[in-house]
Order: sequence, then C-alpha cells, then structure tokens
Amino acid sequence: MSESIRTIEIQVLRYRPEQEDKPVWQSYTVPFTDDMSVLQGLQHIKDDIDGTLSFRWSCRMAICGSCGMMVNGKPKLSCQTFLRELLPGPVRIEALAHFPIERDLIVSVDEFVKKLEGIKPYIIPKEPRTLAEGEYLQTPEQLALFEQYSSCINCMLCYAACPQYGLDPGFTGPGVLALLHRYNADSRDGGRAERMQILNAEEGVWSCTAVGYCSEVCPKHVDPAHAVNQNKLNSAKDYFLRFLSPKGAQS
Amino acid sequence: MKRSNAPTFWLLFGAGGMLSALLGTMLVFITGIAVPLGWPLRSNTMSYPFMLAFAQHWLGKGFLFVVIGLFAWHAVHRIYHSLHDLGIHTGTAAKLICYGGALVITLVAAVSLVSLGF
Amino acid sequence: MNRKAVVRGPYVRPMQGWWRRDPFFVRYMAREATALAVLAYAIVLMVGVLRLAQGESAWNRWLDALQTPWSMALHLVLLVAFAVHAKSWFDIMPKTMPMMFAGGRRVAASTITRTGYAATIAASIALFALAWWWQS
Repeated sequence: MSESIRTIEIQVLRYRPEQEDKPVWQSYTVPFTDDMSVLQGLQHIKDDIDGTLSFRWSCRMAICGSCGMMVNGKPKLSCQTFLRELLPGPVRIEALAHFPIERDLIVSVDEFVKKLEGIKPYIIPKEPRTLAEGEYLQTPEQLALFEQYSSCINCMLCYAACPQYGLDPGFTGPGVLALLHRYNADSRDGGRAERMQILNAEEGVWSCTAVGYCSEVCPKHVDPAHAVNQNKLNSAKDYFLRFLSPKGAQS
Repeated sequence: MKRSNAPTFWLLFGAGGMLSALLGTMLVFITGIAVPLGWPLRSNTMSYPFMLAFAQHWLGKGFLFVVIGLFAWHAVHRIYHSLHDLGIHTGTAAKLICYGGALVITLVAAVSLVSLGF
Repeated sequence: MNRKAVVRGPYVRPMQGWWRRDPFFVRYMAREATALAVLAYAIVLMVGVLRLAQGESAWNRWLDALQTPWSMALHLVLLVAFAVHAKSWFDIMPKTMPMMFAGGRRVAASTITRTGYAATIAASIALFALAWWWQS
C-alpha cells in the first residue's frame, strides 16, 4: 500500500569558507508533518540528508535564543516557526541578517557579547546594603517600569531587523540598549550615571532612527524600540543639564 | 565613547515634527488650496493688506517664524539621516548642506519678517 | 604532501537595497520621505514671506503663482504627504515617551496615538476656524 508523504522544499544559504568564497543556495526536499518547526526541518536535513549543514539550536522552545535565522526574509526563531505556515514553499533560510556569516546558518556573535558585557548588566546598588536591611520592596508600578525589558533572550533577531545596525555595526543596538534600560529603570539600581556614556554616544541611542522593526520581530515582546527611544530624551537632558551639576544630570 | 552632539538637532527635529504633524496638513490646505481656489475660504484672505497686517503683528510674525524655522530644521534632520539610510556617504559636507540649508531658510525668513516692521 | 587549505573569513552580506527587502522598510522610507514635503512647504512659506517683504506687486505675483495648476497640484501632493507625516508621527510617538500609568494601569501606546490623532483634528479645525474668522 503506498502512502503519499507530504514534502516541502527547504532552500538554505550555505557558506563553507574552505570551499567557496561566496554563499550559495542549496535545495532540500524534506518530508513534513503539520507539527514540524523549521528547526525540525533543518534537523531532518542534517540527520538524514546532508550532515554537513551547520546551525545553532538548543532548547527548541523559544527561550535559549540560539536558533535565530532569516526565514523567507524575516528574522525568526526557527524553533518557533512552523513549516505548515510556509506552505507551499519553498522555504528560504539564511543566516541572521546584518551579521557576518561564519558558516552556513552560524553568525559571528563576538561583538554582540562584548557590547552586552560593556553596559554593566547588573544591579549597581545606590548605597551599600546589609542583609539585615532585608529585601528591596517594589510596587507593581516600579516592577512594570523594567520587567518587560528583562525578558530578552539575546536571540539577536532585533539586530537582524535593525537597518541602522546593518549599516553601522558599531551601533550598540536594540537588544543591548534594552538591557541597559532594564537596569536604569529598576528602582533598585543606582548605576545610571555610569551607563550614560554609552547612551550618549553616536553609537548609543543616536544611531536609532525609530524604524521600529526590532520590536515587531522580538519573540519575547521586549519592545527594544521603546527602550532606545525613550532614552533619547534622557540623553538630551543629560546633554543640556551636564553643566549644572558636577556629576551630570540626575535624570 | 565620544558624546554625540545630536541632542540639539533631535530636539529641533522633534519640535518641528510635532508642529508639522498638528498644523501642517491644514496649513497646506489653507494656503495652497483653499485660498488660491477661493473656496472654502475667500481668495482675499491672503491679500496684501491682510497678510501685511498678519506679518506685522507680533503673533503673526512669531507664528510664521516658528513654522518656517521648525519645519525646516525638522525636515533637514530627517533628510540627512535618510541620505545615510540610502547608503550615500554622509560626511561633513552633507551635514553642512542639510543643516546649513535650514539655517539659510531660517535667516531669510527672519530678515524678511523683521524688515516688515510692526 | 600537505597543502594548507585557504580558509576565508566570515562573509559580510551587502546592505544595498535593504529597504526594498521588506514592506515594513518600504513604509519606513515612505515615512522618512515626507520630510521632503515638509522642506518644500517651508521653502514655499519662506518665499512667500520674502515676497511679502518685497512689496505689494511682488506679493501679488506670488499669489498669482499660487493659483496656477502646477501650484495646486504640488500642494495636493504636499497635503497627502503631510497627512502621512502626521499619522506616522503619532504612530511612532509612544515609543519616544516614558512608560505612563493612569489609575495604576499602564497607558497603552494606542491611547497615546489616538490622542495625537484627536489633537491633530482639533488643531486643524481650530486653524480653519481662525482662517474663517480672519477672512471676515
């Protein structure tokens, strides 16, 4: 008895620096079921068709941030994108935009990590605090001011969405600036002045032109566009009020 | 990292953007369509005596100066950044042309408005 | 005999034509392009003010120019562009404002945007009413 197996064409932009000087498209025919994600499609290719295909993945449940890639020209987590939504195909998969391709779907993340480390992504207490003083208390409103920005999973889809980052890779970028804002906006933190230098630079908020695509593609609804753009006013205040106080504006 | 000087231009961009968003459409309609057409406003609304009176009054003079100035500074800031978006290498020359242009527009408007007296 | 393989560095993809790759970017560029209309109108007003300062006959020649079909067509285009500017301005405005709370709940971005639209309509009506009063 023959049973027709549904298949979908998946085209992947390959790049193997040891054998080619430019990326090339390669096509695979992948059997699929309605519940399959793009990641599972790639895993089928690697397991059963072409073991040389390289890509990052880990949790397969949209929390680790490893599997970001361009699916039909849009930045997506491959584990959260379903083949059934891309019928009839072909599905075109490419490494995350605006990043240099190391191999196949793997991009260079070194600069991003350096930027993350550079913003002091931790609570810098306003004043020394002992255990005896107990925990910090926050109202629901104080929590709301920073909570969404703490949801970032460092997947870098926002960087793939951001044309300003694509045009100037020195731009600190949406994800890192959202994390910076997460700490500045937390009532427990007193490190705003230390982070201002990053915000105030051309590579800080001033490279952003409010395209807003970063917030559209964010799988965790962090809204980095909001984080960056609300800090333009803070940076402007700091610029004009810096002469009034020895340690800069208290904004 | 070096501090950017963008804030001044961004604030002008923001003020001009807000003003042009709130009033621009109707201003274009009034001055460019309604009055020249004679409908729904009479075409003598912008006659010389009326306009002179408007521009000589401090409110009218101020209004014209603020509108022309802020619209210009808003526009050139956006145009400068769009040149960058289009991949045109925006160096000092582009900055001088764009912001210099806004300065010229502001000055021409200022001199004209002042010369009209009160 | 061993030959050292050529290993190329990471491949950087070109940004040319980036904004044509997605409708979102096309809409962004259209929004940014409205600045050309704002500049054009600023220049129109500037010339007007200049002509006014040059005296009655200069001003009347300017008025004649405003009544030509070319000028009308231009102003129609400017009208559409300004409307696009106004809408897109208030669409993006919530992103530039700090988080706001009313009655313990977060003020939604759509509320801010709609307030902007309403303010534009109100200001437009007020401006028209002012012009109506001015003409009488």
